Amino acid sequence: MEFIYYFGDVFSPLSFLLLLGGTIGGLILGATPGLSPTMAVALLIPFTFHLEAVQGLILLGAAYTSTVAGGAVSAILLKIPGAPANIATTLDGHKMAKQGKGAKALQLSFLASAAGGIFGVLLLIFLTPLLAEWALAFGPSHLFWLAILGVTVIGSLDSASVVKGLLSGCIGLWLATIGFDDIMGAQRFIFHPSLGGGINIIAALIGLFAIPQVLTMFAKGRRTEGAEVIEVQKHSVLDATRELLRRPRALGIGTITGSVIGLIPGVGGQIAGLVAYDQTKKFSSEKEKFGKGHSEGVIAAEAANNAMVGPSLVPLLTLSIPGSPTAAVLLGGLLIHGIFPGSDLFDNHPDVAWTFINSMLVGQVLMCLFGLYVAGLAARVAQVPQSVMAAIVLALSVFGAYSVQSSMGDVYVMACLGIGMYFLERFGFSAAPLVLGLILGPIAEANFIQGGMIADATVGKSAYFLTGGLNIFLIAVVVASIAYSAWMELRSRRYTTKEEAQA
Amino acid sequence: MKKLIAGAAMALMGLAGAAMAEDYPERPIMMMVSYGAGGATDFQARIVTMTAGNEDALGMPIAIINKPGAGGRVGWNWFATQADADGYTLAAYNVPHFIAQSIKGGVQYSAESFEPIANWGADPAVFVVAADSPFNSMADVVAHAKENPGKLTFSGAGLFVGHHIAALQIEKAAGVKMAYIPTKGGGAAAMKAVIAGEVMGGINNLSDAFRAQEAGNVKILGVADLQRSDFLPDVPTMQEQGLDVDNSSVNFRGVMVPKDTPQEVIDKLAATVPEMFANPRVAKKMQAGGSPMHIMTRDEVKKMWAAREQTLKELLAGL
Repeated sequence: MEFIYYFGDVFSPLSFLLLLGGTIGGLILGATPGLSPTMAVALLIPFTFHLEAVQGLILLGAAYTSTVAGGAVSAILLKIPGAPANIATTLDGHKMAKQGKGAKALQLSFLASAAGGIFGVLLLIFLTPLLAEWALAFGPSHLFWLAILGVTVIGSLDSASVVKGLLSGCIGLWLATIGFDDIMGAQRFIFHPSLGGGINIIAALIGLFAIPQVLTMFAKGRRTEGAEVIEVQKHSVLDATRELLRRPRALGIGTITGSVIGLIPGVGGQIAGLVAYDQTKKFSSEKEKFGKGHSEGVIAAEAANNAMVGPSLVPLLTLSIPGSPTAAVLLGGLLIHGIFPGSDLFDNHPDVAWTFINSMLVGQVLMCLFGLYVAGLAARVAQVPQSVMAAIVLALSVFGAYSVQSSMGDVYVMACLGIGMYFLERFGFSAAPLVLGLILGPIAEANFIQGGMIADATVGKSAYFLTGGLNIFLIAVVVASIAYSAWMELRSRRYTTKEEAQA
Repeated sequence: MKKLIAGAAMALMGLAGAAMAEDYPERPIMMMVSYGAGGATDFQARIVTMTAGNEDALGMPIAIINKPGAGGRVGWNWFATQADADGYTLAAYNVPHFIAQSIKGGVQYSAESFEPIANWGADPAVFVVAADSPFNSMADVVAHAKENPGKLTFSGAGLFVGHHIAALQIEKAAGVKMAYIPTKGGGAAAMKAVIAGEVMGGINNLSDAFRAQEAGNVKILGVADLQRSDFLPDVPTMQEQGLDVDNSSVNFRGVMVPKDTPQEVIDKLAATVPEMFANPRVAKKMQAGGSPMHIMTRDEVKKMWAAREQTLKELLAGL
């Protein structure tokens, strides 16, 4: 309960002003394509040089929470996921925006974000010591199985057929091998110097999601202009709240999956949204509605990616190990004020630690309020004529890809992947499984090699990867996931053949 | 007539050259860091360049640009091949990383591609074990490794970086074979492996290990440097513990420019930058962040690079 004692500090005039500024600025930065939460926080660090430690961290904490949520804006309205966390949001969110329900999608995403986010921060406040042990429990073998579990999701994610889903997942896995291999330093598939660092995930996201869409809009030409103006439905916040409460399953699964997976160092943040989306779909009674603009999809994805914010800081705050890229940037923000995370932080600087955590709690609420306020206005983006929209999205995509590491190489990568994806989509492949392959490939590979090296020096590969409680549990989940997908595929096939026979 | 024109042109060029050096810098300068934002190199680069805009320093701010990837290779490749050699594009170097990578091959740079300006920091590699480990000194580690050849696992941040060099040197000095486990995700991932008990020990940066020891998570058994560190006065060096490990693995960080940068500009930078690093505000921030400073001038860095290249070539020859 110590944190309540420090709540006052958040509301001192300057701190609150910074919190407000961080939240609004964070929403804008988060909504800008190419600016991931990690980059937004890194951009703000120099500003904290001149602030007190507490105030600097309030700014960073508020910016972190709201950039994660802000990413939903571009994901829903423009189909550009700002960060890997927002991929799952595009699947249903952008469909809703196209149906004129953009305001509803945004309101739901901000409400779900706040609900998930507050739960996550509360976990951070009350269960930190327990969570720290959980974060450390995942060694290379477990992370490997976790990545494989992610691969099993690929088949069922946003695809017309399991086979096409798996195929695009494989393309993603291959793309992930490009560049210098991080462990051995071997060069793979580097045909051009700009591929030396591998395919940047943010540039790839922009290319795979936004560019096919731009090409489709351009391909339609100006003929259909006017005919396709979407009527943007007004949607009251009260209705959105009611809708959210009617979907406790999506919210619950999203929040819990997000907090549990978000905790695992190095893996969590990127796949929490997608895994939560997939789980919600599997447990839902309206499976067929997913991917066509279903509100449960948006709720689960956004609840998950904000729920992960609090737990993702556990390894940093307790063990002084940054578990995610954003946490690494926050570590820099702490060190610059001479504060070492770990027991030192909570024992000797409780004011800094608790004010920082409190600011994330208050930040969630502020973020939700501002988000709801702009949701109605922002949704009108859908009314912009397609030809103009295509140009705007293209400009934002180029800007976003370039700004990741100030490199034209990333822009070319984005363009090539985008054009490739345009044709793949024509054949019924979709971008989400491909991106999942791109994210999971390196995780699975690095942990297999690393685990293999440890195993060879100690107990041997089979014992290392196949024994131990957590390994067996994860393998069981993997098998169950594959069996479930196969069963669903067989069942739907039987139905379709029956219908065809009747027709 | 021709002679006159040529003479005038020569004079003008001379003037322009002199004027360029005198006016330099007349616009903000960019410094490329080949690691991600928030990493130790990036963090320190931002601190040591924060006073660049002062009148007694360069009088112009230095902006940090990150080009991360492949253990720094992406950024240094870019710097060697595409950066303008006009003095407005600087880069941070990490020795021994880039020298080891150039010896190992597959990159477009070598120590000759760059001109050093000054060195700001030196972060030695240290040997850490988990707080509950039975090892209490390097002698314990070596004894265990002798009894179980190839079975003692210890982590580090990848191959051909300072940690790996230290690992090779320790193995060579003790005459034992151990299992070096390179991690993806840098020193943080390697440290996590030690704390979580996935490996029996690890090589890590002194600054990160110091923090982890303060938090009560690890024990630091030895420093791979020539003398003890001010941060860890109680931890003996490897040489004090009978292991012949010098400072080849110490992670030196500093500033460099591309090879063909005008000599006047190099001279101006070489004169100003070390003083900029010595600013007390910089020292205070570096101290607070647990980052050891070690300021060296251009001539000293040149010698250090040459010495490193020599040792690394011998050390990596057998790999």
